[in-house]
Amino acid sequence: MVELTLPKDSVIKTGKTWPKPDGATNVRKFQIYRWDPDTGENPRVDTYFVDLDTCGPMVLDALIKIKNEIDPTLTFRRSCREGICGSCAMNIDGTNTLACTRGMDEIKGTVKIYPLPHMPVVKDLIPDLTHFYAQHASIMPWLETESNEPVKEWRQSPEDRKKLDGLYECIMCASCSTACPSYWWNGDKYLGPAALLHAYRWIIDSRDEATGERLDQLEDPFKLYRCHTIMNCTKTCPKGLNPAKAIASIKKMMVDRAI
Amino acid sequence: MADVNRGNRPLSPHLQVYRPQLTSVTSIFTRITGNALIVGAILVVWWFIAAAKGPEAFARADWVLTSYLGDLVMFLSAWALWYHTLAGIRHLIWDTGRGLAIETAEKLGLAIIAGSAILTILTVIIV
Repeated sequence: MVELTLPKDSVIKTGKTWPKPDGATNVRKFQIYRWDPDTGENPRVDTYFVDLDTCGPMVLDALIKIKNEIDPTLTFRRSCREGICGSCAMNIDGTNTLACTRGMDEIKGTVKIYPLPHMPVVKDLIPDLTHFYAQHASIMPWLETESNEPVKEWRQSPEDRKKLDGLYECIMCASCSTACPSYWWNGDKYLGPAALLHAYRWIIDSRDEATGERLDQLEDPFKLYRCHTIMNCTKTCPKGLNPAKAIASIKKMMVDRAI
Repeated sequence: MADVNRGNRPLSPHLQVYRPQLTSVTSIFTRITGNALIVGAILVVWWFIAAAKGPEAFARADWVLTSYLGDLVMFLSAWALWYHTLAGIRHLIWDTGRGLAIETAEKLGLAIIAGSAILTILTVIIV
């Protein structure tokens, strides 16, 4: 359902301003969303100042520095620090991306950081992705076959393998789905760009033998057709993939098989 | 995901913090112009019905529609009609699987904005 404003318990208050580091000349201002489940208070935005002369170049470097040196209660997910695990996806400077691959030099002025949009917040920058993962599982993200198992492996021609390029690289960071207004309003039923990109990845896999069944499952006013080609997904994807095109391809297959 | 049970967890900000994109803005305007055109269409239909009813009814409708406010509504409706038409054509292109790279989609968006402005001005000059 479309709800343009935040619910009462989610309205953001002004938070604490932490002191500037002593003697630093090259300081960057950070405004970061905070919510502590233990206090029962509304979320707030805290202000931090980071000395860039003693900090790495990426937004994640600054977050780690804040946690290490200023405020150890700041909570966020991170792991690989090289854009392959998808853990540190968050809303930085107004769009969703990975904190580890977004350079601070790409951002003008204050660095504003929020959790992925329109999600339940577990703590600070950590969204609850349970439903997002369940939707991914619902599209059967595995090879479905009926033929007898081959002796060695399911083979695929280089041409057919090429069709998976631009799809298999998805790391499920949820940046695209949580950038999508359709997913904001109808995320309970609409699968969202990430799950649909994965659905397409299996639909066009030459080795998969459940293509019809997969399309049947998506033939639904909500699961697929809530995509209105707003394209926030493609614009924000930190891996440079194109979920909007994948969804359009599924819609085209639906038409092709109907006529 | 407002309809998913959040428990005691807050909902993270969305429209409040998400930077408007060229593609998202042109998309929402497609919807806004489509809905706004209902008003324009009703006014035009009223004008026609009044014309069929007789000179008095027509004079009243015509007075409203050619007033300062009426002119403004009709001008905006002309723009909305062109915008919505061009955006519809963009959707037809997208439906064929073309023009979905970000660079192309953004160029198409700029084309809609510029095209609808030019066509509206031409419409006003000609009509």
